[in-house]
Parts: sequence; structure tokens; C-alpha cells
Amino acid sequence: MEKICMSQKRIDEIKAVCKEHGNDPGELINVLHTVQGKLGYLPKEVQELIAMELAIPAAKVYGVVTFYSFFTMRPKGKYPISVCMGTACYVRGAEKVLDEFRRQLGIEVGETTADGLFSLDSLRCVGACGLAPVVTVGQKVFGRLTPSNVKEIVEEFRRMEEA
Amino acid sequence: METIQLTIDNKQVEVAKGTNLVEAAAAAGIKIPTLCYMNLHELGYENKPGACRICVVEVEGRKNLAPACKTTCTQGMVVRTHTPRVINARRTVMELILSNHPNECLTCTKNGHCELQRVAGELGIREVRYRGETTRYPKDMSVSIVRDMDKCIMCRRCETACNEIQSVGVLSAVNRGFPAVVSTAFNDPIQTTACINCGQCVAVCPTGALSENSHIADVLRAIADPSKTVVVQTAPAVRVGLGQDFGYSGRSVTGKMVAALRRLGFDYVFDTDFAADLTIMEEGTELLGRLNAALEGNPDVKLPLMTSCCPGWVSFMEKHFPELAGNLSTAKSPQQMFGAVAKNYFAQQLGIDRRKLVVVSVMPCVAKKAEAARPEFGREGDPDVNIAITTRELAHLIRFANLDFASLEEEDFDRPLGESTGAAVIFGATGGVIEAAVRTAYEVRTQKPLARVDFTELRGMEGIRSATVDFDGTPIKIGIAHGLANARQLIDDVVKGTSPYHAIEIMACPGGCIGGGGQPYHRGDIGLLRERTESLYAEDGEKPLRKSHENPYVLSLYRDFLGKPCGHRAHELLHTRYYDRKPVVTPCSTTKK
Repeated sequence: MEKICMSQKRIDEIKAVCKEHGNDPGELINVLHTVQGKLGYLPKEVQELIAMELAIPAAKVYGVVTFYSFFTMRPKGKYPISVCMGTACYVRGAEKVLDEFRRQLGIEVGETTADGLFSLDSLRCVGACGLAPVVTVGQKVFGRLTPSNVKEIVEEFRRMEEA
Repeated sequence: METIQLTIDNKQVEVAKGTNLVEAAAAAGIKIPTLCYMNLHELGYENKPGACRICVVEVEGRKNLAPACKTTCTQGMVVRTHTPRVINARRTVMELILSNHPNECLTCTKNGHCELQRVAGELGIREVRYRGETTRYPKDMSVSIVRDMDKCIMCRRCETACNEIQSVGVLSAVNRGFPAVVSTAFNDPIQTTACINCGQCVAVCPTGALSENSHIADVLRAIADPSKTVVVQTAPAVRVGLGQDFGYSGRSVTGKMVAALRRLGFDYVFDTDFAADLTIMEEGTELLGRLNAALEGNPDVKLPLMTSCCPGWVSFMEKHFPELAGNLSTAKSPQQMFGAVAKNYFAQQLGIDRRKLVVVSVMPCVAKKAEAARPEFGREGDPDVNIAITTRELAHLIRFANLDFASLEEEDFDRPLGESTGAAVIFGATGGVIEAAVRTAYEVRTQKPLARVDFTELRGMEGIRSATVDFDGTPIKIGIAHGLANARQLIDDVVKGTSPYHAIEIMACPGGCIGGGGQPYHRGDIGLLRERTESLYAEDGEKPLRKSHENPYVLSLYRDFLGKPCGHRAHELLHTRYYDRKPVVTPCSTTKK
């Protein structure tokens, strides 16, 4: 018997989500979406529990989680920063913007700052190519950015946090 | 049957509706090169993700090239399989595949058996013009299987084997784009997953990405050690698999195999078939015991009795259906029965310490390596079976030793542990174990000789079979499954308590052990699997003794050493227990970071 450890509260929460979706393997993506919405991320033990509840192999769940860039196995920051690296944004200097975020936050793409405030990711096209290069922070969208704007954006959210 | 007429390379071809272009071309004698495509026709498994694009052909009226494996024949279709455009595209595809492949063929475990190597050769690739990023994955290894994913071409055959054929679900495609690879959940080491070591992923892998964990060096060392007496046992299916590597296809090469083993330097060449007869004595007695108890109305008796010879199936039960442990026969597998008898009886006969006796087994299977390593199968750290190698590894050893297999004179096994009946030989084919058990159980129960030894109703290639055998007025219902996805259907009924059977035989690999993960690669050639099966039944038919309880050496082993079947000593040496290895979720406080 191999044991997977998790708090009872979390077990119940995840089981309830699976049950709401009828424990249907076809609902895997919706289940993952909802659970990530509640927990912020999908760590290994959560995926294993979902696999058990939906009666599918954990490898399949992991396959789906790693296929879609929306899903993450690491906790995101309170303010998740996504830099668009789609074609339009890329040619208008998105990489330099991304580099500036890495420098300002002291983290790499896919990582979260030690205080848990910011996480940094890149994605492909948010559908606002006219505003290229585009960065989203949570639900907020910033357009036509240059590296010089980056410091200001980070400080804006830090101020919000202090207030 | 509705048919379709089409033209392939100016040849008129008529095929059944629904046939794809690879199969249609093959019917016309045209071999379109493939890599990801795999079709195990009658077994009902197919892998055609259309991933590799090596099989592209030109179809008249279609702008782009069509992947032959994914293209269904249509009426009047005109297909060309070797135009300059097609050949050029195939060569480019191959070069792109090779641009991210460690081209270390000379030292690769699949050297000479690699489909990528063969197709690259056929396409005449002399130079790879593309250079770029290459993947770097750490090698992963269990006692049975080695994964070297740098050599993976993402054909996903292993994923089909693991998920569709076996329903084990350990392997899955993960990630996206360039980092995409077939892996385990969370990239965990394969040894820590629910892998049952059946090796069907190895059996279908076209490259060196998946292979067995080789133990050839251990065998050579043991033979060279003058302080050790080395005995070898060979499983039933090995004798019809080994010949393939020496031009004998699926024919039986028992006599030559024995000669080769002797020339390799083994002190005694014995036969797992002897232990298979022993298994029938134990398992047959156990079956009769449970049947009698059930007929007397004992409500605690666990039926159906399920066979326990296949270590892949035993592992599957422990990891997925531990609630069935009580249904499995407690009889050890033939490999382990042989080990127990060799170490506890034969060593004594020779007057040597069991640690001085090295037991090597040759198996059609990679799961047998994991079985031999189970701690309960040994005494004080000395395993009953020291080294388990596959049929492929034996073929390799024979080449190593400079033996010309074709010119070897046939020889016979040593006594006493080399004598066997026809019942033991057919253990290697799906349905064989249960047929052998029925031959013995029938005669023991009815005290009447069988009018007919061949139970053809138990044979065949269908994934799930059933038959009712009349035990002199008592109908005994038997279920058979091979391939664990098939087995799952029988298992579900046992779990629900609605199984109509008294006894069920389960073999993990398609076709039984003849299609095992340690056999020379069958590459989806169902005709070859059938030939191996027929060879086993032919050898059974030629044996003077065909029922396990008639094996004189087995009987004298009981008389001199073991006592009664399922008796005290037999129980101690020849039976085992099972463990619950199913993962569970337990509530506990998680530590905050």
C-alpha cells in the first residue's frame, strides 16, 4: 500500500469537485480547471487524487497538465505576470520586456518570488496584437510596453499590497 | 464483405472497405516503410497516430502527400508509393528524425534489431543535413526495463501497449512541442510507478528507447566462477522464440537450445517445464480442494481460482485489484518452484551449500526478473533464482560464445529436473496452463482416464475465451484472458461477485508467454505468434507423456522429498502470498513551506 498524504479538508474539496463533474474522465480538463481555481496550482498529490477519483491513470492527468500551458504545478504569485511571446509581441520586443521582468523580480520564467507576490510566465498570444507587446498581470492588461515601463508596473502592485 | 478497388503503383488492388493504404499495399506485395504504425490484427490493437510521416505516399487528386497508415482506401484511388517527390519527402523526414537522435548504433542495445536503423538504411541516408537542439533525458531503469528516452521518436507504440493492450496506464505522452516525450506520471522513476514489468512497451519499441535490463554479464561471471555450480532452466515459450534470431522463425528449437546451453558451460541444463508439471500438481490440487469445498456448500471458499504463473498479472493484481488476492492460486510460478526445488532439494542431492548453487532462468519475459528479485523468494538473502535472463539475452549469449546455432546437434535436458510432460510445454500459450490443469484435475477427481487429452475449446487467439468442461457430470466453467485490458473484463465480474467461472487463466502478454516482453521482437507479426503457438501444441502432441501427474520425476520428488501435493513441505516451498500495493489517499497534516 503506497500512501499519498494530504489534509482531510483538501481531500474533501477535491473529491467534491470531481463528484460535481460526475467523476467522468471526459471532464478531466474541467475538473483540473476548477481545482486550480481553488488551490492556485495542481501539485503531484492533487493530480494523483483526481486520477483516482476519475479512475484514470495519473500519467494521463500529468500528460494533460503538462500539455496545456494554463495549468501549473507550482503555486503562482498573488499577481501572476504573463508576457506575451506571440509573433506580433515578439517582433515588437517582448523578449526584452521579459528580460527586464526577470531582472526586476530576480526570478526565472516559471518561478514565483519568495514573498509569493509575483510569478513570471510567458504565453502565446492573448489576442491583443494591436497593443503589442502585451503583458497581463492577473486580469489587468498592459500594452505597448518597453523595458522602461517594467519597474513602474512592479512598483504599482507593490504599492497596492502595502496600502 | 464490401470491397474497394484501387490502383497502387499501377497495380490493381482489391481490399475490404476500411482498409488503410499500408495494409492495401502490403496485400499487393508493396512494403511501404513505417515506424509509428503497428497493427496486431486479430488481437484488435492498432497504433497509428500518424506521427512519424515516413509512410507518406502520393494520392492522385490530392495536393499534399498522404500518410498511408492514416489514409483509408477509397474506390478508384490512384496511389504512387515511390515517386521522386515521395522518396525525397521520406528522406527529409528521416533526416529530421535523425537530427535529434543519438546516432550511436554501434553501441546501442538494439543494434541490428532497430526499425529506425533498418528504415534509415533502406532510404539510403548517408548524411544528416540538419543540426539543432537535441533532447537530453536521464536514463531510467527498473530491475526489468531500461528507458533511454533520448532515443525516443515519439511513435507512441509503448503508450498503446501500456494503455490499450495492458490497461496499466503508466506511460503517457507528456509536455508539448519539442520537449514532448513519453514518460511516467511526474517523470517518476519507472521502478516507483504502477508498472507491472510486463515489457510489452519494450516488445513494441522500434528503437533503443526501451529495452530490457540485461543480466548477461552476471551469467558469464557465474559460469566462469569455479566455486559455483550453475544450473539453467528454460521456460516453455523460449524454445519457440529463440529460433527466430537464427532463421528458424517460430519453430521449436528445443534440442539445439539444450546443446547451446551445455556448450555455454552450464553444469546442468534443466527445464522450467519440470516445474510447470509441479505447478499443475499444486494448483490442480488447490483447484480441486476449492471445488470440493464449494460443492459441499462451504461459503468461505474463494472461487473462481485464478492462475498465478504470470508475474505481470500478479503485479497487476497487487497494484490494481488487491481485493482479489484470495482468488489467486497460492502456488508459486514455475520459475520460482524450480528455484525452490533446486536450492532446497537439488543442492542437497549434490551435497553443496545452496549459496554455491547458482540458478539461472531463461524466460520469455522481463517481469520474471522482478519476480526473481522479490525478497520472499529466497532464504537469508540468497535468492531461489539468482539470475533471470530473456530469450533475447540467451540469443545474444549464444552469439557471444561463437556458437553456430544451425550446426548444433540436438541434445536432451539433464535429469531429474529436465523431464516434463506435454502439459508443461503448453504453459507458453494462452489457455495452456488451464488446459494442463484440467487434464490433471479431471483424472484426479473422476479417477477415470481422459478419453481426449486435447481441449481445443480452450485454445485460440481471441482475447477472452470461455468453455465448460464436463468433469464426469459436474460442469466446470473456465474463463481465459490474455492482455490485461481483456483480463479486466473478467476481473470486474470477479470483483462484483458475478463471475460465472470456477477457474480463470490470465496471462498479461498477447498470445501468452510466446508473445512475452523478453521474446525476439514480433513487431506486430501475428502470423509469427501463431507459429510459436502451433509449435508448442505440436511439441505437446509428440510427448509420450502429456499429463503432469504422469511425470515420473515429479512423482518421485513427492515421494522422496515433498510429501503430498499441497502438503506441509509443499506448502512451505512451493506456495507464496500476495501483498496489497494499491496506492491510497490518507489524510494527514501537510507541512507549510
